[in-house]
Amino acid sequence: MSNVLVFIEQRDGKIRKSSLEALTLGNSLSKKSGGALAAVIAGSGIGALAGELGAYGASKVFVADRPELALFSSEGYAAALDAAATAFKPSIVLASATVMGRDVAPRFAARRGVSVLSDVMSLDVANGRITGERPVYSGKARVLVTAAAAAEIQVATPRPNVFPASKAEAPGAGEVVNLDLGALKIRAKVVKVQAAEAGEIDVAEADKIVTGGRGIKGPESWPMLRALCIELGAALGASRAAVDAGWIGHEHQVGQTGKVVSPSLYIACGVSGAIQHLAGMGSSKVIVAINKDPEAPIFKVATYGIVGDLFQIVPAMTEAAKKLKA
Amino acid sequence: MNHIVCFAYVPDTETKIRIAADGVSIDEADVKWIVSPYDEYALEEALKTKEAKGGTVTAITFGPARADTGLRECLARGADEAIRVASDGLSEVDSLGVARLLAGVIRTLPHDVVWMGNKGVGTDAQVLVPMLAELLDLPHVNLVTKLEWKDGAVLAHREIEGAEEIVEMSLPGVIGATKGLNEPRYASLKGIMAAKKKAIAVKTPADAGVDPATIAGPAAHVRWTKLELPPARQAVKLIPADDPAKAATELMNLLKNEAKVL
Repeated sequence: MSNVLVFIEQRDGKIRKSSLEALTLGNSLSKKSGGALAAVIAGSGIGALAGELGAYGASKVFVADRPELALFSSEGYAAALDAAATAFKPSIVLASATVMGRDVAPRFAARRGVSVLSDVMSLDVANGRITGERPVYSGKARVLVTAAAAAEIQVATPRPNVFPASKAEAPGAGEVVNLDLGALKIRAKVVKVQAAEAGEIDVAEADKIVTGGRGIKGPESWPMLRALCIELGAALGASRAAVDAGWIGHEHQVGQTGKVVSPSLYIACGVSGAIQHLAGMGSSKVIVAINKDPEAPIFKVATYGIVGDLFQIVPAMTEAAKKLKA
Repeated sequence: MNHIVCFAYVPDTETKIRIAADGVSIDEADVKWIVSPYDEYALEEALKTKEAKGGTVTAITFGPARADTGLRECLARGADEAIRVASDGLSEVDSLGVARLLAGVIRTLPHDVVWMGNKGVGTDAQVLVPMLAELLDLPHVNLVTKLEWKDGAVLAHREIEGAEEIVEMSLPGVIGATKGLNEPRYASLKGIMAAKKKAIAVKTPADAGVDPATIAGPAAHVRWTKLELPPARQAVKLIPADDPAKAATELMNLLKNEAKVL
């Protein structure tokens, strides 16, 4: 029997979809092992969010609601997770592998003397032990990792956008349990959040990505790619060559020294496909390559390819996508 | 200020990964090893801060003797001291084990800022920054792209999903660097020559106050049980581009009706 506790991330009073993915995964693991499911959420003025979580199967929702937790702090949010774990005694703890989850889960794990099954793309439980698959060497290989038999608590961070989020067939009671965290030791805290360019979807979270490489020739080509992004609801990605040339910020970079992504659709425009880039996007479900060089390595991983002039093809794709929607 | 820079010595990002016969590790033949690129940003920022404000920079890594080459690289760029926590005889140490070894040694050194990259490009676990901070009872800020120094604190800008956070952290603390923070320098010839004469301190788990039997092999909390290459992808379906509008329409139809991703 494995009780499962899931850390829920909220920003501006909204629960992140990736947390619902983790909760859905937690629900299936707890069902499979005959345990209970609980969630923990931290913030300020967030009591109303708890109700949403019962629908995903949570029998209990631990809430740390304090003014000092209004903005994120790894120490404060990890304290909430720790307090919920003390109360609920889970054997499995999950947090989505977002920036916040990657801050909180390893802190909690180190406090409990265990390691983390980090960034898993699959996760299963058998005989009380969790086993998952995760990319290593930036996606050039995959490893099956297992939590040791001796660990009382096992911690995993499932990769966002890989697991489905769906409401439970049998909703949980969602009983709210307020956490008393006592005096908090917060020495690093967010003081300000600046939104990125309006309407931008982050490549790490995106279900579809349109990426520009050296072949787009300069930053003046981004509006052409952005138009396609808007039609498809895609995030804008960039190869290392485009970032290092100063054409766009690093937050757009896909690849071994950028973000490792696995969207359902990845459209590479003018990207040759260096090994570091392929490592970062090779696990995408469907890959489209548009490049004038038929020998470009990107075609080796592509599902569909068009050998030709991207300056003609990309605008035509935007038009075709518009017509498809109409 | 005393700066400690932790780094991982990893396969060059150009490396084609092959699986070793044991099925759980990579074949290390012909692998060129480098200081993990993210750790280079950490080292550069520590060196820049030392140059502006004084202090010392100590580079530290966990690994076999080959990692000494990485330590010499750090010394050549301007680090003052180099420490290697020897991995000899330790197999399957997980992230927590590495964090415990590094924390154990760092505890014995004066430290105002502990630096490292937000991830090593080998195991890619991205957990060491928070783990190390927790074990050292320090605050941390990860994924830092810009730093402002204040009295006894830093203001760190960091990337999150679709936004930038500004984090205020009191010192001492742990800082995880990422791309965008700076442009790492190359070692000068003079630096390379000077680095050859410097000593590398080799520490054991005992020096870190860690019993190897609690971190290696079966004691590791997370074990690699099977390493494999990603499945090969099917051959590309090429769409003729003679007429761009026609090609684009055909592609969109395939994405919608065949691949079912639109």
